Amino acid sequence: MTAATQQSQAGTDYRRIFIDTALTALIALAIIGPIVGMNATAPQGGLVLEYRWTMVFWLVAIIAAGRLFLQLLVWNRPAWVEPIHIKRTGAAAIAIGAVALLVGLSNMDSPVGFLAQIHPSLAAWMIAFGVFALVLGIWLMTSATKEIAEARGAQTGGLMRAVEPYGKYVGVALFLIAVVLPFIPGVDRRIVDLAILMLTYVMLGWGLNIVVGLAGLLDLGYVAFYAVGAYSYALLSTVYFPLWFGEGITPWTFWLVLPLAGLLAACWGIILGFPVLRLRGDYLAIVTLAFGEIIRVILINWYDFTGGPNGVSDIPRPSFFGIPFSNDENGFAATFGLTYSPLQRIIFLYYVILVLALITNFVTTRLRKLPVGRAWEALREDEIACRSLGINTTNTKLTAFAIGAMFGGFAGSFFATRQGFVSPESFVFMESAIILAIVVLGGLGSQIGVVIASIVVIGAFEVFREMAFLKAIMPAGFDPVQFRMLAVGIAMVLIMRWRPRGLITKRDPSIYLKEKKAVSADLVAQGHG
Amino acid sequence: MEYFLEQLINGITLGSIYGLIAIGYTMVYGIIGMINFAHGDIFMVGAFISLIAILAIGLTASASFALLLLALILVLAIAMILAAAYNWTVERVAYRPLRGSFRLAPLISAIGMSIVLQEFVRIAQGGRPKPMQPLISGGIELMHTTTERGDFVVRLSTMQIVIIVSTLALMALFTALITRTSLGRAQRSCEQDMKMASLLGIDVNRTISITFIMGATLAAVAGLMFFLRYGVIDFYIGFLAGVKAFTAAVLGGIGSIPGAMLGGMVIGLIEVFWSAYFSVEYKDVAAFAMLAVVLIFLPQGLLGKPEVEKV
Repeated sequence: MTAATQQSQAGTDYRRIFIDTALTALIALAIIGPIVGMNATAPQGGLVLEYRWTMVFWLVAIIAAGRLFLQLLVWNRPAWVEPIHIKRTGAAAIAIGAVALLVGLSNMDSPVGFLAQIHPSLAAWMIAFGVFALVLGIWLMTSATKEIAEARGAQTGGLMRAVEPYGKYVGVALFLIAVVLPFIPGVDRRIVDLAILMLTYVMLGWGLNIVVGLAGLLDLGYVAFYAVGAYSYALLSTVYFPLWFGEGITPWTFWLVLPLAGLLAACWGIILGFPVLRLRGDYLAIVTLAFGEIIRVILINWYDFTGGPNGVSDIPRPSFFGIPFSNDENGFAATFGLTYSPLQRIIFLYYVILVLALITNFVTTRLRKLPVGRAWEALREDEIACRSLGINTTNTKLTAFAIGAMFGGFAGSFFATRQGFVSPESFVFMESAIILAIVVLGGLGSQIGVVIASIVVIGAFEVFREMAFLKAIMPAGFDPVQFRMLAVGIAMVLIMRWRPRGLITKRDPSIYLKEKKAVSADLVAQGHG
Repeated sequence: MEYFLEQLINGITLGSIYGLIAIGYTMVYGIIGMINFAHGDIFMVGAFISLIAILAIGLTASASFALLLLALILVLAIAMILAAAYNWTVERVAYRPLRGSFRLAPLISAIGMSIVLQEFVRIAQGGRPKPMQPLISGGIELMHTTTERGDFVVRLSTMQIVIIVSTLALMALFTALITRTSLGRAQRSCEQDMKMASLLGIDVNRTISITFIMGATLAAVAGLMFFLRYGVIDFYIGFLAGVKAFTAAVLGGIGSIPGAMLGGMVIGLIEVFWSAYFSVEYKDVAAFAMLAVVLIFLPQGLLGKPEVEKV
């Protein structure tokens, strides 16, 4: 690429660009051609190939066109194009995109709308075009703004630096919205359910954030602790207490098991953390991954204890501190003189997870101010320096594992009582990857980042379900939900490329010697321990 | 005894496949010090490309042996080239821009890439397992004993011979490539000190790219072998095989190619004997536990050099 940049000084070398584009198209064809173009299906037993060359053609064409665009207009920009032109183009693209999006959306629902009369899928095309133009416009705007600022010699980091001081207010605003959410008019069961899911991931993200974000230990088996918490509640609340202590004992309730589940998960955190203390970053990651898988395989195969692949069902739903959410004399509604509604239990669950999440946040922010929290951050930045200064790295790592695992256990218990059913299917590696993606997206170590990232990721999953307009313009049988894990994977790669300390925010160490250094932490290799 | 012998043959066959994948891990780790988490998925892609190529050629078991062998070599060549294209692209897109970034960045990016590859194949090819009739049949009877419970035959199938022989041949080829050629010298120098190597005129980026390509070709070979031997693949096979092959690479001593092969054999044998004598359900637990035990107690591996911690 350096050669290409040098060329642009002397005038654009079109032959070179042509060859580059052709090579890109060739490689894209090699990658997409066989896997996408020839689908091995088994309609009547034996495998046969189903050819899909049009799709291959379009995908390769899009990739080649994108590369050509980058070559001509970004890497080899003609000299007469000033950054201000790009900025204006970006602004225009944003405006056009917004208009197209609004026009498309307003015509989407009505089958007899103005656009639909011209062509049935025109509205869907408008939306797709609008989204594309918006993204392109935002990218052009930000990159041109950055370039102008750099040319002026101003400090870069633009948007992020400008937004950072308002982070506090975002947190307060989100908190206030979260508190009143179930009572906002127009909020129905679906939205509260979604909010519960988001908060569960916020809690898991905060738990993992202690291990990954603060202590810098990449834990790929975090879902194991989630599983320990879920199974603790599932088993203790159904069969095991009467089984162990005789029929006289009733199964424990949610509020009794919850602390126990956290404790058990913390114990597992120490048990699994202890052997890996000596390992460095990526070895540690692989071993935690192995431990996560071991726990899952045991859950599947220890049939007598865990119910095997069928899982545990009929887990009791939580009660309002002993008062069940049922439609009878002793129910929650009757006791408080309300009319019965199934929504009451959902709202109660919502507040339970909200409080649990807030406790997690409170504990984490406090811990960060204690010596152990400082030690975590020091460990993340440089393990050898840490040891040289007399920090007990063993204890520091173990507390991080234990406390992170404990919050995972709490969240797991909550998951079990909300679902009423647990099975090993819920605790696969992909789940760990999603939680990790949330932490990475939010910025390793940042609390508010995790919240926003959970809302974005879980919200995006829902959006994928809602993207019916894509079905109108894509071939038959296209299902946007299929693409959500692909999007998570792509997002992880892109964030590591462009904003390795997090897309949304970044978390610098809580304390500094004298002042914040001008050298960004992104630039130094950390923690070679 | 017969049972033991049969399991030994199965273990060596499985171990060859793990060993071939492990070489890719060990070479990449040796040179840039990162776990190419997506490598197992390159193996999976290789298996899928082999399947598609076999279907596209229209190969069936009824073809004559010579024709079959010729066609399989063609399939292998296609799978190797395309898998190399995959791994090269993965390195260009997801790893090269991260060189010099913070320590966990390449691994997180690699996990993302692994998800991308799995989901790409799942979406394009469907999530159901793809079964196929065995192409190569026949074999040699090694032992034939008659007991009161019935005849017990220990067979060395042609497929197993093909797997073991081609693994040994590839091993020899790659060892020669690393020890005898200028390419191998460039790789070894990058392994020792990347900055010094680049000062001495070695194109580090190109060397790393070639390392990824070499790893991918071996993974593609393993993919074809796996498909031919077990006859069924799905988009998820890369995850387990990848973790086990990584275990093999660590067990053999990361950075050492003979070590990777040795580690692959050990892991294959452990897995097969564990399933044969203890329990099939917990064979993955055995492999994962092995990984933990090796990393904790023998981090330098069987044939590796002890790592010196530099500040």
